[in-house]
Amino acid sequence: MLFDFAAVLVFIVISIFFIFGTLVFSWIVRPSKPSAAKSSTYECGEIPAGDAWIKFNIHFYVIALIFIIFEVEILVLFPWAVVFKELGMTAFIEMLVFVGILALGLAYLWKKGDLDWVKGTDYMKDAPMPSDAGRSAREHRSEEKSAKGGSASGGKD
Amino acid sequence: MSLIENRFDKNFIVTSADFFINWGRANSLWPVSFGLACCAIEMMATGMARYDIARFGAEAFRPSPRQADLMIVAGTISHKMASRVKLIYDQMSEPKYVMAMGSCACSGGPFVKHSYSVLKGADLIIPVDVYIPGCPPRPEALLDGLMKLQKLIRKKSIAKAGK
Repeated sequence: MLFDFAAVLVFIVISIFFIFGTLVFSWIVRPSKPSAAKSSTYECGEIPAGDAWIKFNIHFYVIALIFIIFEVEILVLFPWAVVFKELGMTAFIEMLVFVGILALGLAYLWKKGDLDWVKGTDYMKDAPMPSDAGRSAREHRSEEKSAKGGSASGGKD
Repeated sequence: MSLIENRFDKNFIVTSADFFINWGRANSLWPVSFGLACCAIEMMATGMARYDIARFGAEAFRPSPRQADLMIVAGTISHKMASRVKLIYDQMSEPKYVMAMGSCACSGGPFVKHSYSVLKGADLIIPVDVYIPGCPPRPEALLDGLMKLQKLIRKKSIAKAGK
C-alpha cells in the first residue's frame, strides 16, 4: 500500500531534476551580458516613466468583497437545493438563517453607500451644480463684503 | 560571453556541443512582434497559414523583447522611432539577431536622398545580420532571409577564436 506512493516520489525526483537540470544547462550555455537597458522596464521602446506600483481606488477591494457575499451564497445554495427534499424543515430554517446573515451584510453595505460606485454622493443630492456653486460663492463673498462694510460703517458711527 | 564560450580548443566534444546549441538556436528564433511600416503587413502574411513561418520555428512572435531573440526591422525607421528601436534592441536578451526587412530598413529605400525624417538604414543604430531587399519583400523573401540567418547561426562556434 505504502509502496504505491513510490511512484509519487519518483515523479517528484524527476520533476526536480528536470527543473534544475534545465536551469543549470541554460546557465552553462547562455551568454551573459547584463546591461542597464536590459533590466529596465519594457514600455514598447519608450523610456520608462514613473513607477509600476501605482495607487488605485480602494473601492475595487470593497466590490470584490461584495462579490464574495453572493459567491458563498450560491456555493452553499446549490448543494442544499439538490438534497433539499431529504433534509426537510431543519435545513430550510438553517438556510434561512444563513441567507439572513448574508442579507444583513448586504444591508449594512447598502446603508454605508458601498453599492454606489462613487461613494457617499447621496448627501450631495441637493448641492448646487458647479455653475450655481460659483455664483453662490460670489454672492456669499459679496454678502460678506457688504456685511463687513456695514460693520465698518457701523464702527465709524 | 557564456561560461563555456572561448575556453576550449576545437575538438570533437566542442563541435558536437556547437551542433546542438546552434540547432536549438537556429530552429527556435522568436521574433519581437513589432512592425514599423508596410513591410510589417508582409511579415504578418508570413506568419499566417499560407506562408507559415512556423515551419522554421519562428512563429512565436513575442510581445516582449525579453523572450525574443530575433528582431525583424520591418519598415521605414523614422528618426523619431530610431531611439525606440535601439532601446528595444538593447532590451532583448542574448543571443540576439537582427533582420533588416525591406529597402527602408536596409538603406532608407525611397527616402534615401531627399528625406529629413528617415533613418538611412537600420545598421546605423543596431548591428544587422541579414538584409532583405524589396519594397516590400514578398513573404518568400522574408523566409529566405530567415533561412540565411539560420545558416549564419549554424556556423557559430563556442571554441576559441582562430583555432
